[in-house]
Amino acid sequence: MFDIERWQEIFDTIRKNKLRTFLTGLSVASGIFILVILLGFGQGMQNGIDAEFKEDAATSIWVWPNRTTIEYKGLNPGRRIQLRNENYEAISSANKEDIEKASMLYFPRGTQMVYNNDLLVYEVAGTNGNLQSIENEFLSEGRYINETDVQQNAKVVVISNKIKREVFSHLESPLGEYLMISGAGFKIVGVFGEHGENEGEEERVFIPITTAQLAFNGADRLNNLNYMLPEMESFEATIKKNDEFTKELLSYLKQYHDVAPEDERAIRLWNPIQEAKRFYTLGTAIEIFFWVVGLFTIIAGVVSVSNIMLIVVKERTREIGIRKALGAQPWSIIGMIMHEAIFVTAIAGFSGLIFSMGLLEIVGPEIEVDYILNPSVDFKVALSTVILLIGAGALAGFFPAWKAVRVQVIEALKEE
Amino acid sequence: MIKIENLHKSYKMGNNSLHVLKGINFSVEEGELVAIMGSSGSGKSTLLNILGMLDLLDEGSYTLDNVPIDNLTETKAANYRNKFLGFVFQSFNLINYKNAMENVALPLYYQRVGRKERQEKALKYLDQVGLKEWATHLPSELSGGQKQRVAIARAMAAEPKVLLADEPTGALDSKTSYEVMDLIQKINDDGNTILIVTHEPDIAEMCKRVVHLKDGVIIEDKKVEQVRAAQYVQ
Repeated sequence: MFDIERWQEIFDTIRKNKLRTFLTGLSVASGIFILVILLGFGQGMQNGIDAEFKEDAATSIWVWPNRTTIEYKGLNPGRRIQLRNENYEAISSANKEDIEKASMLYFPRGTQMVYNNDLLVYEVAGTNGNLQSIENEFLSEGRYINETDVQQNAKVVVISNKIKREVFSHLESPLGEYLMISGAGFKIVGVFGEHGENEGEEERVFIPITTAQLAFNGADRLNNLNYMLPEMESFEATIKKNDEFTKELLSYLKQYHDVAPEDERAIRLWNPIQEAKRFYTLGTAIEIFFWVVGLFTIIAGVVSVSNIMLIVVKERTREIGIRKALGAQPWSIIGMIMHEAIFVTAIAGFSGLIFSMGLLEIVGPEIEVDYILNPSVDFKVALSTVILLIGAGALAGFFPAWKAVRVQVIEALKEE
Repeated sequence: MIKIENLHKSYKMGNNSLHVLKGINFSVEEGELVAIMGSSGSGKSTLLNILGMLDLLDEGSYTLDNVPIDNLTETKAANYRNKFLGFVFQSFNLINYKNAMENVALPLYYQRVGRKERQEKALKYLDQVGLKEWATHLPSELSGGQKQRVAIARAMAAEPKVLLADEPTGALDSKTSYEVMDLIQKINDDGNTILIVTHEPDIAEMCKRVVHLKDGVIIEDKKVEQVRAAQYVQ
């Protein structure tokens, strides 16, 4: 390996056989290049799918009650279930570790909203500061409901962009204005917006949950429970956590409200991550597809390298005979051929690797197509592919070389 | 230098066995120039191949420079070939992608001679065969005679005990043949032992001793008055 004479001999051979070397190198380099680009785009599609579903489907969970449909413990079906503060607190304290954000909604009934003597028909909802993250709302002005508002039963209100447009268009900013809700003045402290075209949700104003319950005779009643779970290190883990949490939550609520365990309709739950699971399965299928294609590319690469080595050695049979007649040891000839094969495939393989990874590095982030995001390749995977190809080249060189060396010198010299 | 006793060699051809050499007794002293003659199929090439350790003997003994040549493995044969023997072939057998100097230097590479020394030696031997100016030319740029002279330089570069030439003039016209024989005679004059296989009587006459083979046995072994090739070369 470190025999300088051997290296010189090999460089001589390579220099004198440029075309042969170039073709061998080209096939190895292009094999690696295609493979890396392929794997890169496989990864890109994976990334793209991940990104697509992440947008609509965070790890949020919405829970709301309905009527029971099954008789249970002597209670008739059709009974309306009412969520209470106690439920919220019990779930929050039992799952402190698992919940990233917890919020609730209470819709007071029969409220009247007035501004400047105009009656407004928007929904009033009591909530806490966490809802903003769970609903994925953005703030365009001021602030959202916060912890202090909730503690102090503050008479503050957060309105939507739509309401600002429809009611406060004459003002620079609606902040500091007062909305009269059932006779009580609520100071506008913020304006929120929904992402995308989802303006249906903007028909609402938010006030602190405590204020809503106190001021509008809500007692401890709640209409919705909303949660956001943390994202785990893998999608599977997130789904698993999500499943565990929802199961536990439903079983607690059913038990508390005397709902039959098999009653699926009494307490409803919306869980977008389950939708995402379908996309994820698609992603896995795509990943498998790219691996299979990649694997066949590697096999094709191995075959072509082997083929070239076979021809190279065949072409050199006479030369091997001459070298043997001049006193070359069999192993020195095998060593020379393999040394050359490994050297050429290694140089070519790494150039292909560097070139393709460079291309992905430069072009990858520029690609803006749905479902393809930042195509990139795991360096370790690419590197082991190069090493595999080099190994294949060496092995493919070894057997014909060994065979050629076994041929009697006289026979080898007869080869043309 | 070379001592062969009771040498037998047969080849298996399917079910038949072809007895090529049938008990050869033969020895060569240092400094001899021997022609091995015979028609095709007489076994002369087989004899040369066995002498060159390119082929194995079936029976008998072979001693080269007081070293018994037996139990030949590939590695051992390679060592002996490198140390003892130089080859000249009818079809030259130069490596076509190496230039004249590199071809001559190749046996030295297998003797583990350093690159610089190899090149110096190669140039020295190319000079001896009158091809120093052609050192950087590829075999394809040389004439047949020049190629054979490069091959002879290559054989001599390893400083072998014995030079074995298998029909060295077989592919050359007579004028070029005499040039090559002139060169071989000069090398022999320097004290080198040379064996030439040939079927051309005029080439054999330029040696000092002619061994005639027929059907695998030596039928004649005589010293001859050497005809100098130089007289045919202007």
